[in-house]
Amino acid sequence: MANSGDAAKAVAWRDPNARAYVEIDRVTKSFGDFKAVDDVSLKIYKGEIFCLLGASGCGKTTLLRMLGGFETPTSGRILIDGEDMTGVPPYERPVNMMFQSYALFPHMNVEQNVAFGLKQDGVPRGEIAERVATMLGLVKLGGFEKRKPHQLSGGQRQRVALARSLVKRPKVLLLDEPLGALDKKLREHTQFELIGLQDKLGVTFLVVTHDQEEAMTLATRIGVMDHGEIVQAGTPSEIYEFPSSKFVADFVGSVNIFEGKLLEDEPEHVRIGSEELGATIYVSHGISAAPEAVVWAAIRPEKIFMSIAPPPSTGVAGDNVVRGAVQDIAYLGDLSIYLVKLPTGKVVRVTQPNTSRHAETITWEQQVYLSWDASSPVVVTR
Amino acid sequence: MRPPPPLSKVGISGRGLVVALPYLWLLLFFVVPFVIVLKISFSDVDLAIPPYKPLLEWVGQNSLAIKLNLNNYAFLFTDALYVHAFLNSVKVAFISTVLCLLIGYPIAYGIARATPTTRNLLLLLVVLPFWTSLLLRVYAWIGLLKANGVINNVLLALGVIHEPLNMLYTPFAMYVGIVYSYLPFLILPLYANLEKMDWQLLEAAEDLGCRPWQAFYKITLPLSRNGILAGSMLVFIPAVGEFVIPALLGGPNALMIGRVLWDEFFSNRAWPVASAVAILLLILLVPFMMWYQSVQARESASAR
Amino acid sequence: MNYRRTFFITTCLAFGFAFLYIPILSMVVFSFNASKLVTVWDSANSPTLKWYYSLLHNEEILDAAWISLKVAVINASGAVILGTLAGFGLARFEQFRGRFTLNAMTTAPLVMPEVITGLSMLLLFVAMEQWIGWPAGRGITTMTIGHMTFSMAYVTVVVQSRMATFDIALEEAAMDLGARPVKVFFLITLPIIFPAILSGWLLAFTLSWDDLVISSFTSGPGASTLPMVVFSKVRLGVSPEINVLATLTIAVVTVVIVGVSLWLTRAGKLAEAAAAEAARAAAAE
Repeated sequence: MANSGDAAKAVAWRDPNARAYVEIDRVTKSFGDFKAVDDVSLKIYKGEIFCLLGASGCGKTTLLRMLGGFETPTSGRILIDGEDMTGVPPYERPVNMMFQSYALFPHMNVEQNVAFGLKQDGVPRGEIAERVATMLGLVKLGGFEKRKPHQLSGGQRQRVALARSLVKRPKVLLLDEPLGALDKKLREHTQFELIGLQDKLGVTFLVVTHDQEEAMTLATRIGVMDHGEIVQAGTPSEIYEFPSSKFVADFVGSVNIFEGKLLEDEPEHVRIGSEELGATIYVSHGISAAPEAVVWAAIRPEKIFMSIAPPPSTGVAGDNVVRGAVQDIAYLGDLSIYLVKLPTGKVVRVTQPNTSRHAETITWEQQVYLSWDASSPVVVTR
Repeated sequence: MRPPPPLSKVGISGRGLVVALPYLWLLLFFVVPFVIVLKISFSDVDLAIPPYKPLLEWVGQNSLAIKLNLNNYAFLFTDALYVHAFLNSVKVAFISTVLCLLIGYPIAYGIARATPTTRNLLLLLVVLPFWTSLLLRVYAWIGLLKANGVINNVLLALGVIHEPLNMLYTPFAMYVGIVYSYLPFLILPLYANLEKMDWQLLEAAEDLGCRPWQAFYKITLPLSRNGILAGSMLVFIPAVGEFVIPALLGGPNALMIGRVLWDEFFSNRAWPVASAVAILLLILLVPFMMWYQSVQARESASAR
Repeated sequence: MNYRRTFFITTCLAFGFAFLYIPILSMVVFSFNASKLVTVWDSANSPTLKWYYSLLHNEEILDAAWISLKVAVINASGAVILGTLAGFGLARFEQFRGRFTLNAMTTAPLVMPEVITGLSMLLLFVAMEQWIGWPAGRGITTMTIGHMTFSMAYVTVVVQSRMATFDIALEEAAMDLGARPVKVFFLITLPIIFPAILSGWLLAFTLSWDDLVISSFTSGPGASTLPMVVFSKVRLGVSPEINVLATLTIAVVTVVIVGVSLWLTRAGKLAEAAAAEAARAAAAE
């Protein structure tokens, strides 16, 4: 989800001369024989909101904790703003963390919680009071100074945790599953608030989450992690539209994956024959793969067009069309999900927005045509 | 820019300092004494202060002799009194533990199943006697059990008996005293264990056709095993070496090893023999103490 | 719930608590009995407070009580320091050299018969006196050391179990905000676990105040504690002054315990009300 300053940032990681603000250089963390983080290298640029996305156990939290100084890498370096911070303890890093449980000190009130970090730095009292007041105003908690954490709601506690970390003006703010504890409505609201806050203060955010919706909304770039490795890093649209592997394609959003073999492999198009699909897929761009290799075509559910009547010709006869029977329908209000069973047995997931209140009613057991544009499939080789 | 110190280095020296003080204290005042007891158990009685002969002796100019006197141990193993005292102590402790379980388990269970407000009140009632002196509570039983004590007076007044029952200074009185004093030590760990139980398991069992008593036997009891063991150890181990209760309530027939140790030490001034008794008692109890430790470790591991 | 079972449980509870409390109540009742035989009610002259006057003027008992108090306070304070360090260390540091030993040393005193602990410590003091001249004779010092050694084991257990439910994220957050580990302990950990430390202090105090066996072994002439005096009296049979002492002890303990739990319930209720109010306010937002 891009916003104002993004145009400039958007080019930072494509510019070979841009200096990384946070550099993770071949970092590995092993616990005995188990590699939680396996030779990860990553460059994060100033002012980004970078999201580490992955399932539980993929190593994203361990990586975050190494950035915060709570774990030491087994090998590799971590540089922040050019300085080697590997092995520096948390209380000496210009990095602050917002914990998943917020970790507000229960015996201190809001004001004391927020002021804690400044006190440790020896900031003069007058300045502390001023900065705390400003920050509380920014997170819209003015007037709550004397309250104790147990007297606050979940959302309020989160804002205190945020204020407490940001008041120190850290170079990087680490966020551990920031929206996990909030209910759906509050989550959406907070997502936009976080982005606004980040934009205003210009702090570099590193967010760890397992929720891909959260990652897609917040991030300027996402790093998808699996088994301790970063399998793909890129903007949300890059990740979604151009996944580099089956794993990424399946992890972010839903997808239909058809296994097949290359029938034609030209620079501007490929044709894949898929037994699963029972048809051929014509893709209007080239890929790099060995001849006769097994490949997978990934097609997003919203890019499949479903109709009762045969679709108009897609340009190349016979490609990108199949027939099937509707097996299941889930009505979600704004859109509907259809599970269509093909003659080969494969079930294809199709989503269609409910644009009309009296739509052409497609019901269970209905025979339908599924078709898609030649530019829609993404071909992955692993 | 200064080179950052490796976290581990800072961490370990700090940690060492934290635990050093209690570690050294316990090493000096808890462990070393046992070594000394062991040493003295091998020495002779001496009419001196302190009343034992040293272990190391200069023999001639340059030789040091260690005299290990095993007579004390031989004495203990052969004299019927001591053998009987050891065996009796174990027997009494064991029976008391079983009695505590029979009385204490329903109480702990009842408290664990009560509503939160009632539960807190009941816990308070269990804990209150624990905070009042053991000595005084044992004393209370003297008043209750003696010939012209409360129980006899009540029973005589009601006409249930015609002569006072001889209850005080009998093994019976000792059992009552031990069970009474150690009951909270069984109830509390058992309650702590039962409190963590998922009562829906019982409902699931009953839903699947189990009768209430069967459900208790097959589900509650096995799951509370750690609590039972912990509570039992907390009763059994100290009860073996119990002194106060046998001294005040038990008669001359209630021979408990704790009392024997006390008498050897204070009445007979036989320090080496007393030390040997202590060592044997320790050897007897160490396996149980290790069992207790392993039960505790299991409990905290499953809680994590 | 099964009614037959509830009935059974309730009956067990009733008998159980009756068993626990009837001896205590009988002691209290007979403290007002004029007869020296204690358990034979002298209806002509009872109830009376004469034994109360007698006890409160009994020099021997008052001196002993004073000594017990001194020892108990010093013991509790020392045990709390040692026990908190040990409990914190065992809970926080997963690995350190000597962990197994420390763990064993802090659990053994909990179950070991006191005659063993008492005897061994006395022999230590005697040996130390022979080798280095300190402690010179047994008395309050040796007794206090003895008490502290076994009290700290109890405090360790209390602190360790409190630390088990302590959210380590709080300590990490404090370090993240710039506080060094020592500061984290004093500014964050200690204030939060304070109630546990306080109950550890009370526990250590009570254990010392009531202790007989270890005191008898490690004490010396002129340093008789209250339990030692009570024991010597009680060996000979019942004594009305002891009933009075028991009643006073029970009264104090009851007041303190009931007071503390009322205070805790009140604090708990206030916290609950505040949290509910916050939730309502948030819902209205």
